[in-house]
This record gives sequence, C-alpha cells and structure tokens, in this order.
Amino acid sequence: MSNEIEAIKDPGLPAHVHRRADTDPKAAAKAERQVAILFLLSALGTITLIASYIFIPQDAFIFFPVLGDTNAHQLFLGLGMAASLFFIGMGAIHWAKTLMPDEEVIIQRHEFRSEDEDRADLIATAKAGAAAAGLGRRSLIKRSLGLSLGLVGLSPLILLRDLGPLPGDELKKTSWKAGTRLVTDPGDRPIRAEDLEVGAVAQTLPEVGEGVHRKLSDIGKDAVLLIRLRPEEFNLDAERLSWTHEGIIAFSKICSHMGCAVALYEQQTKHLLCPCHQSTFDVTRAAKVIFGPSARPLPQLAITVDSEGYLIAKQPFTEPVGPSFWERSS
Amino acid sequence: MLALLSIGTTFSIAGAATEAPITAAERSALIDEGQRIFLKGCSSCHGINLEGSAIAPALLGVGAASVDFQVATGRMPVADMSVQIARKQPVYDEKQVEALAAYVSSLAPGPQVPGESQLNYERDGSTAEGGELFRTNCAMCHNFAAQGGALSQGKYAPTLMGVEARHIYEAMITGPQSMPVFSDKTITPNEKLSMIKWIKAVEAEPQLGGAALGRVGPVTEGLLVWTLGLGLLVGVAVWLAMKAR
Repeated sequence: MSNEIEAIKDPGLPAHVHRRADTDPKAAAKAERQVAILFLLSALGTITLIASYIFIPQDAFIFFPVLGDTNAHQLFLGLGMAASLFFIGMGAIHWAKTLMPDEEVIIQRHEFRSEDEDRADLIATAKAGAAAAGLGRRSLIKRSLGLSLGLVGLSPLILLRDLGPLPGDELKKTSWKAGTRLVTDPGDRPIRAEDLEVGAVAQTLPEVGEGVHRKLSDIGKDAVLLIRLRPEEFNLDAERLSWTHEGIIAFSKICSHMGCAVALYEQQTKHLLCPCHQSTFDVTRAAKVIFGPSARPLPQLAITVDSEGYLIAKQPFTEPVGPSFWERSS
Repeated sequence: MLALLSIGTTFSIAGAATEAPITAAERSALIDEGQRIFLKGCSSCHGINLEGSAIAPALLGVGAASVDFQVATGRMPVADMSVQIARKQPVYDEKQVEALAAYVSSLAPGPQVPGESQLNYERDGSTAEGGELFRTNCAMCHNFAAQGGALSQGKYAPTLMGVEARHIYEAMITGPQSMPVFSDKTITPNEKLSMIKWIKAVEAEPQLGGAALGRVGPVTEGLLVWTLGLGLLVGVAVWLAMKAR
C-alpha cells in the first residue's frame, strides 16, 4: 500500500463537437431564418420609432399595465429604439454562434521587440528631426519653451485652491447670537410664544436684515426646530429647563450623526426622528438619543422672548451643531 | 338653557361644512342629533362627557375640525387598536359627521371646520410657494412627492394623494395622531392653501418619465434596476456565453 499520489494526467482539450448547423443543411437554413427574423425585428423597431415620432402626439397618454398612465410618445420611441438596437445585436450574435465558422485556430504572437533595422531607423529619424528643429543651436527658443511648459504645470496647483480655504472655526459657530429673533422658514416672520399651540412645531431660521440673502451654507447650520409641549412634560435639569420658554423648546435641526434635517416629530411619543438613519431623540429629555447611530443629543438653543414678545435666542449654541468633525472637542 | 348654549356655540361652529345660514333651532337639533350619535358610537371609549379613558383621549377642546377629520376620513370609529389608526370607508355620512362635530365643539370650543370659501386654494394659493413650504415642513414625513413615509415602531405618515383639501387643512390645524400642529401664525391660512395647491398639482401631474414606481425615490428605483435590469443583463450574458448546439 503506498500513499503516493498519482500525478493527474493532462486531459487535453475536449474533442471538437460540431454544431447541428455545421452538419445538417436543414438546421443551417433554420438558423439563417432565425437570424433574418431577429434582423427584421430590429427593422420593425426602427419603424416603430419613426412612426411614433411622426404620428403619436407628444401629450398622448395611454394606460399601460404596471406602469400606469404613461406618455405614449415617449414609451413607443423608447420601445422602438430598444428593439432596433437589441435585435441587431441578438441577430449578429446568433449568426456568429450558429453559422460562422467555429473551428478553433491558433495564431502565434510575434516577438515584442522590433527588428534591429526598424529601431535604428527610428532613432535616426528622431535625431534628424531634432537637428532640423535646431533646438541645440537656438537656446532662446529652448529656454522660453522650458518656461512656458513649466508654468503650465503650475496651473493645476493654482486651481487646487478651489478646494479650500480651510474651514477655520466655521464649523463651530452659527449665525445665532444673543437676541437673534427666530423667524419662520420660509416666510421670515418673527414668532410669538402664543403663536404655537401645544403640540405645534415650527421650522425657523435666524432673522436677517431686509433683502439679505441667506447663504445655503448658513441655512445648513442655522436651521432650528421649535416644538411646544406642556411644560410639565419636560424632564430636564434646571439649566436646560431655563433654556425653554413656556413649554417651547428649540433644537438644532441638523442631525448630530450625518447632518440630515431632523424634523420628523411624533407628537404623541414626543420623539424626533432623523429620516436618514432613524436616529431617534427624546424631546422631553433634551433630545437624548434613544435609538439609532447618533452619538450625542441635538444641540439645544436657549430661547426667551424680547420686549415685544417675539421669541429670540438667549445665547449662541453652546456646542458645534451637526455631525462630528476631526477637531471637535467632544 | 339649550337655546342659550346653542346661541353661544353658533359662533364657534359658524362656517362648519355647509356655511348656509342656520337657525338656532336647527343648530340645537343638530347638537342633539350629534349627542345621540356620540353616546351610541363614541362614548364607550371617549367617555359620556368627552372626558376620555385609558384607551382614548379626552375630546374637550379638540374642535369641530378634529372631529370632521377623524370621522369623515373613516379613522374614527376605530376598527382595531393597532399602532396607527388607518383611513378607511367612513361609518357616518356627512350629515352625521356634521352633527357630531357640532356636539363636540358645543361643549368646548376648538379649531373649526374650514368652509368652502376658506378652501379656495386655486384662487388663494401659489404652487411654487406651496412646494417650498411643503419641502421644509412636510416632506420629511410625507415624502417629497407627498406619497407618505415610515415613522417609528410601525407608525407611518399616510399618503396625501386623493385626500380632500378640507382634510389636509384640518390635519394641519389639529395635528392628528403622530402629526404635530402647524399653527396659523407660523404657517398662515394662505400658506396652507398654497401647500394644498401644490399637493393637488403633484396629484394631477402626469407620469412623464414612465413608471413612477411609487414616487419614493432610490429605493424602488434601485430595487428595479438591481433585480430586473441586472437580471436581464445576466440572462443575456449567459446566452452569449452558451455554445450553440
């Protein structure tokens, strides 16, 4: 008894099996007909496209199962073009697979290295060209060309500046300052505490001067959601409670996970949901994270009212709003 | 006493549903009718005096708008106490809903049912403004094309397609179920009409791009491409590589 393993013999290539069309003229004629049918289907597709372009009005709608009411003009243009292209390909491939020669042929690759004679020729041509251009003699051209080529290399470096400037402390601050009025978004109307019923929400932004256009990058940081609860429903420490006003609490709308707008407020559960990754915040406990990937509560904006009774920010946000970034301290 | 009560409440329900002038006698008859329906169909959960119970909220101060929304869309009376009370075929007809609303709002005032003249969104609304308001205030729950969306624990924001303008308006001012209230001061009545006009515009919009796939964005579109589209490509690739017999 020996444990030696017998070497497996190279089985070689399987014997070539001819296709039915190669041996049977009837099968070949059938394959030919099939190819022709495929090409005709393609022609039909193109005719459909042309006919739909000319005859189907652009505002014609038809009911199509599954799709519902569909624009007939577009539908048949698309179907026609799809059929015309698809069946040309099908026909060509079916033709190649059934009728074109299927014998396997071996062609040896030629040497990669060029013939010595060709190589010498190339070098001679290049040298002759360089001599004719006179680069060796005309140093003014050589140097100015060097300068221009070198400067061209600089331009991508200059354009890279568009990636910056560095954010600096932009991520850490918002437009909210002590005394900034909260205004409706959109509408820009200041809000009084009594404008909100219990259970009401309002999307707000900091007030800007008349005619001032807000930058999108500012809206992305400044958006604040106002929610009114019954004051006794809060479960906050004394400081956070003093940041609310008669049951109205304000949170940054920018999710502390990935920066989506958190505004799905469930009135009955007092939960605030982020639509992107389902982070859930408990409004009664200062937006404590109770579900989902978010790592920390939404920043709360301290609010109060001014002498005219409009809601204002008591102070700026005490922490950066939005998702984590490298230099964020917590 | 009843006459006094009805005179007092006529004001608070003025503009309810029909808006036709209604006499005090008719009003009190309506309230009586509403009370009969309430005691028979609603009081077992909401209490004989609207005080609510462990399984149903108190109805004092919810207003006629809330009653009209809940009952006329068939949500109330509730069929099963699941996480969310769904829209269904209404149990009461229009006249009975009006009577119920009159009765509930006669005991404590609340938001009123908007009348026809308050709901002329074609005249008073602006589609563009409505779209902007919708995207800021509604789209996160109801989807960017008002098709509805998921909330937590099996709750959901229903689709707004095919919902009557009156009921959309009432939902905004009363905040049914999970939905918060959108006060008239932060979103004015005209802005609300703009939103309704935008929703109606979306509803009437033809599907120019062919299959809308529920208009819920990349989820269904991706599903279709990854299953049907990729499946077709795999099928063609297999056929390509197959040797002809």
